[in-house]
Amino acid sequence: MSYASKPHTMNASLYNARRRKNAVTKFLAVAATLFGLGWLVLILGELLWRGVGGLSPSVFTEMTPPPGAAGGLLNPIVGSLILTTLAVVIGTPIGILAGTYLAEYGRHEKISSVVRFINDILLIAPSIVIGLFVYEIMVAPMGHFSGWAGAIALAVIVIPVVVRTTEDMLTLVPDALREAAASIGLPRAYMITRIAYRAARAGILTGILLAVARISGETAPLLFTALNNQFWSVNLNGQVASLPVVIFQFALSPYAEWQKLAWTGALIITLTVLTLSIIARTLASTGKQS
Amino acid sequence: MPSARRRPVSDFALSGTGVRAAETPSRAKVLARLHLGDKAFRHITRGAAILVLVILGGVIVSLIMGSLPALRAFGFDFVTTQSWNPVTEKFGALAPIYGTVVTSLIAMLIAVPVGLMVAFFLTELCPQWLRRPVGIAIELLAGIPSIIYGIWGLFVFVPFLQQHVQPYLIDIFAPFPILSSLFAGPPYGIGMLTAGLILAIMVLPFITSISRDVFEAVPPVLKEAAYGVGCTTWEVFRNVVLPYTRVGVIGGIMLGLGRALGETMAVTFVIGNAHKISASILAPGTTISATIANEFTEAVGDLYTSSLIALGLILFVITFVVLAIARLLLARIERKIG
Repeated sequence: MSYASKPHTMNASLYNARRRKNAVTKFLAVAATLFGLGWLVLILGELLWRGVGGLSPSVFTEMTPPPGAAGGLLNPIVGSLILTTLAVVIGTPIGILAGTYLAEYGRHEKISSVVRFINDILLIAPSIVIGLFVYEIMVAPMGHFSGWAGAIALAVIVIPVVVRTTEDMLTLVPDALREAAASIGLPRAYMITRIAYRAARAGILTGILLAVARISGETAPLLFTALNNQFWSVNLNGQVASLPVVIFQFALSPYAEWQKLAWTGALIITLTVLTLSIIARTLASTGKQS
Repeated sequence: MPSARRRPVSDFALSGTGVRAAETPSRAKVLARLHLGDKAFRHITRGAAILVLVILGGVIVSLIMGSLPALRAFGFDFVTTQSWNPVTEKFGALAPIYGTVVTSLIAMLIAVPVGLMVAFFLTELCPQWLRRPVGIAIELLAGIPSIIYGIWGLFVFVPFLQQHVQPYLIDIFAPFPILSSLFAGPPYGIGMLTAGLILAIMVLPFITSISRDVFEAVPPVLKEAAYGVGCTTWEVFRNVVLPYTRVGVIGGIMLGLGRALGETMAVTFVIGNAHKISASILAPGTTISATIANEFTEAVGDLYTSSLIALGLILFVITFVVLAIARLLLARIERKIG
């Protein structure tokens, strides 16, 4: 009734207010995005600005110096490489196998949903707690800090990342492939290892790369496991230096040379991590397209 | 092109172990071997999956065992007192718990609106060609290791705040009764506000990427219907997209909160590591994770170490609850969207 009796006029002030609100929020959205991207630019810019100056061959050939002397980052770089490699070697097979169970054998089983849930929580659980855990089970019983403990702590961080990506990627493999394999009498284990793994190879590799990117900057879990080492040591039963822990120690020191090395180390880590994640991303997108 | 993926599936079976037509010794034997291999593989993968549960159980058990001496010595007082004195061996966790909550709260106050607005931009406003690069750039923020935020925070952000921001904050809020005590004291640069701001930058990509994913999953027909009756872009977002995805957005926020609560290195650099509760957010403080990172290797005596592990247990329980809620909410929206 009321519509018919009133002429169709627009409430101009309401209309303008709505348009204004729309314009303001659009502006705020753009501003928020620039704000977010701004930090990335600021941080990367500062890293390059302060880190590139220190990038000289001696960084890769000399040991960490005592306070007040010049030196390099050779021992922490090598230490980080060893710890990361070990963590990947230990964590990846476990992660891939567990992910395989979730996606293939136990896709609809109750235990799988529990494992999935717990795994998703471990994925972002505070890494310092992982450090405490490994301290309790390895460092305290053995009575000393060790490279092995550091590698195990990192492996515990690798596992959930690999579990998650392996499961996701195997789930993307079309069921028609599985049915075809089953129809010719292929046992499931062969179907998984010969067919599903091949089809999901790029995706699984992506997961491993993301895991490496994740642990190469991890500091907290190494603080009470591998600790640090001023000298050249590849003895995994003793303390092993790592890049993140050295950055932590050097950055908080009062010595200018140490602080400079910390910035150079920070640049090296960031470039490594960003390169790994960009490779992982392109690999993932090519994998999805094919 | 005969790539590995295009080969007929039967090839794999024939090239696989055992099933070679020329030498079929006994069909039953081959089948038994295949069956055994399958069974073994099944059990190995199952074992690996269960290991994930064992790890979680191990974390909980080891933290409880490690913190028993402290919990026995202080009981419930451990979470209600704030003295932290290694000399007299009196430990209370209130100051670190307070610092953890306040810094995470500051982080969420900033990161939630900004993160949602970035997701709004990415899903509703951003031109198609720009979406991928901006999305990747935001996600790279999440990839930068915590320690990098720490060193950047200490050497760049702290001096900037100390010289250019905090003095003005103190002046601006001085006339107001409650706000003046919130922004009181000398501008140290380091402190809870600084830690909160850095945490905000760190959790922003988490909130953005999850909200973007759930926003994108809104059925287009709902949005088109709203546009059809004359809604503006903002009204569609506010009245259709947000209500539809509310559960997922809250899940994303909880995920970010879980991250902020447990974040260690970045906070350790800029919080100041002071075991006291201050009304002013400009004052130095400490968080659970920063306390552990700073003091664990130097802790002398069983009670000191045990108190730090008890802090770790508290942190783990809090983040576990927050992250579990986040996951349950996200699972709910996934079912809804399908």
